[in-house]
Amino acid sequence: MAACARLTRALLVPGATLGGPRLPGLRWLSGSVGPGQAVYDVVVAGGGMVGTAMACALGHNVHFRDKKILLLEAGPNKVLGKLPATYSNRVSSITPGSATLLSSFGAWDHICNMRYKPFRRMQVWDACSEALIIFDKDDLDDMGYIVENDVIMSALAKQLDAVRDQVEVVYKSKVISYTWPGPFLDAETSPWVQITLANGRQLQTKLLIGADGHNSGVRRASGIQNVCWPYDQSAVVATLHLSEPTDNNVAWQRFLPSGPIALLPLSDTLSSLVWSTSHEHAAELVSMEEENFLDAINSAFWSDASHTDFIDSAGSVLQYAFTLLQPTNSSARQLPPSVAKVDPKSRTLFPLGMGHAVEYVRPRVALIGDAAHRVHPLAGQGVNMGFGDISSLVRHLSRAAFNGKDLGTDYGLCKQINALLPGHCFEE
Amino acid sequence: MQGGCGLRVVGTRGWGLAGVRSAGRGVGPPRATAAEGKQTNRTQQMTPWLFSDKGIMCLKSNNIIFAYSDKMKSYRYVGMRLYSTSKTVDPKEMKTFKALAYKWWDEQGAYAPLHSMNDLRVPFIRDNLLKTVTNHQLESPLSGMKILDVGCGGGLLCEPLGRLGALVTGIDPLNENIKTAQQHKSFDPVLDKRIQYNACSLEDIVEETVETFDAVVASEVVEHVNDLETFIQCCCQVLKPGGSLFITTINKTQLSYALGIIFAEQIAGIVPKGTHTWEKFVSPEELESLLEPNGFLVQTITGMLYNPFSGYWRWTENTSLNYAAHAIKSSAPVETEEHHTKTPGIDGQEASQK
Repeated sequence: MAACARLTRALLVPGATLGGPRLPGLRWLSGSVGPGQAVYDVVVAGGGMVGTAMACALGHNVHFRDKKILLLEAGPNKVLGKLPATYSNRVSSITPGSATLLSSFGAWDHICNMRYKPFRRMQVWDACSEALIIFDKDDLDDMGYIVENDVIMSALAKQLDAVRDQVEVVYKSKVISYTWPGPFLDAETSPWVQITLANGRQLQTKLLIGADGHNSGVRRASGIQNVCWPYDQSAVVATLHLSEPTDNNVAWQRFLPSGPIALLPLSDTLSSLVWSTSHEHAAELVSMEEENFLDAINSAFWSDASHTDFIDSAGSVLQYAFTLLQPTNSSARQLPPSVAKVDPKSRTLFPLGMGHAVEYVRPRVALIGDAAHRVHPLAGQGVNMGFGDISSLVRHLSRAAFNGKDLGTDYGLCKQINALLPGHCFEE
Repeated sequence: MQGGCGLRVVGTRGWGLAGVRSAGRGVGPPRATAAEGKQTNRTQQMTPWLFSDKGIMCLKSNNIIFAYSDKMKSYRYVGMRLYSTSKTVDPKEMKTFKALAYKWWDEQGAYAPLHSMNDLRVPFIRDNLLKTVTNHQLESPLSGMKILDVGCGGGLLCEPLGRLGALVTGIDPLNENIKTAQQHKSFDPVLDKRIQYNACSLEDIVEETVETFDAVVASEVVEHVNDLETFIQCCCQVLKPGGSLFITTINKTQLSYALGIIFAEQIAGIVPKGTHTWEKFVSPEELESLLEPNGFLVQTITGMLYNPFSGYWRWTENTSLNYAAHAIKSSAPVETEEHHTKTPGIDGQEASQK
């Protein structure tokens, strides 16, 4: 079987020189690294939440203490000097698994010292029928945490700074090109990935991790195919003030005919809105008067106008049938708090789409976060999947480093990760 | 022995009288490849000198500096060494490996099983060495250790050990292998400093490296040497007292003939044809019987099994195919707790009274 595999490979790559280079005199020239061309062990391209967390996790990993790591980010340093009084309109729901990852390198403590809101229950229900799901943990433990993206970034940037001896960060850097070594290495070509920055600096790395978002340049340059399409939806986000203070520990989501609307708790008086709807409706919502906007939100959550008699009766018959087979104590539908005010500058929208890379790893490249998989925000899993990527990738790299492996090669990376691919994001 | 006279050390007792010979650059012996003839490998200062049909290489002594001049005079050492090269290095084996010298680093190529064997042998070496130190650092577990890899080939095992912090010396009698290994490590500045390669055999460096190494690794080597006892004695000499010897090799059983030679070489092509000779396989019992009288205490012998379909190795109880052995060089008799009666004598005899 091994012979067949080798034969197939030999046929597929007709010019492959499995033997040595041909020119004896020149054979062993130019093998070494040029002066001033640093060779990094890992370069993380993209300093968003997932990229920065990856660099942090590697920097704090005990097996990487003598390795050189670099983080490239096109924007500026995001450490928040002072926590702003107003909440940011971009928030993420962090699962307990992601919180574990963040606390493994000390970032969660910073988040706790800034601000975050745990929630204990999720109610997800339909606009057209009585269909309803309630999620909660036994003993009403914290199910997840709503944290502003800026707070997460600041915490990560602080922890990254704590390991600045291992992890070099270059802010405001733009990458012009990535070049991978060809499949048939001869004696003169460097086996590392070559990176050229806009300022002319040349880098080499043994492993390039692409965390540069859904329009990933790393993914494009590496030739990994991406299955993607735009949803005909935009998400409207805003920071809302509740009519009255409440024990705001429930996350609400209702599926309207035009798309899901979600209310995520930020504090006892504030919640964050994420309303996915068509592009036109989203544009309308963002530009309408505040009063009308608030009315639209309240009626989206409270109104039963989309119900029809037919669906109602069909629903109750089905419900009855189920209770005969398996009696459950179904809780009644609760209503979310009503909203009274919106933070003036917090209304904005962004388009939604889906993307999934066909491969997450190849020799000397790995994709994590939105570069590998971009999802709809309705389940609040986007960044959590990215953190899940980090968790399993760091585990593998750590083991490979402790075994002295060359991190970017097949045996160091690809075979193990690709074997796990189908289920890795659900590991936590 | 320093200075301008071009002294070349040649341990060629078995090859007849070579006498004094001046080898100018232009005089190329038949087997020299073009590169070797023109070679001015500064780092090594070796002059290749090939006898008629032997691919035996660069015999270098660490203490003797060669001046590479146009008129090379060579002298043959007679009686300076206890062991000569030809005792352990088998020229026929060298021929087989020479053809594959450039394929070492193709991870899917001829040497794929050896690449994947690193999953077993690197942790084996690492963990057993970590047991001997009290304060290890996890990020560089082998730092401060000097390891000798005998028969290093293309450096497949030297590089991971170097990445774990060890200072590795890799030796191999075949010059092409050493070149491949050096070329490969040269791209990595960290490894470049930690690993050094020499094209020579074990006996050639024995005298200069007595009690230098914390560990000697002979992985997939002992089934290719001619005189195993001599080889083991040399290993003992270069090891510090208490140092470790790691051997991985193939057992001499009917199963190893059927699977290791017939299936692996001739049918499935997992191992290149002609790589192994069944007669030279070494059983664990034979290995133990050679180790113990020569100053070693065997610590572990474990079997290894290769799955040709997945390409992975795993540990197993069964040693009838491949196995790994770890032995420790006994310390001086006075310190060993096991010997209550101390008769003055050489280490070997002491150990055998255990």
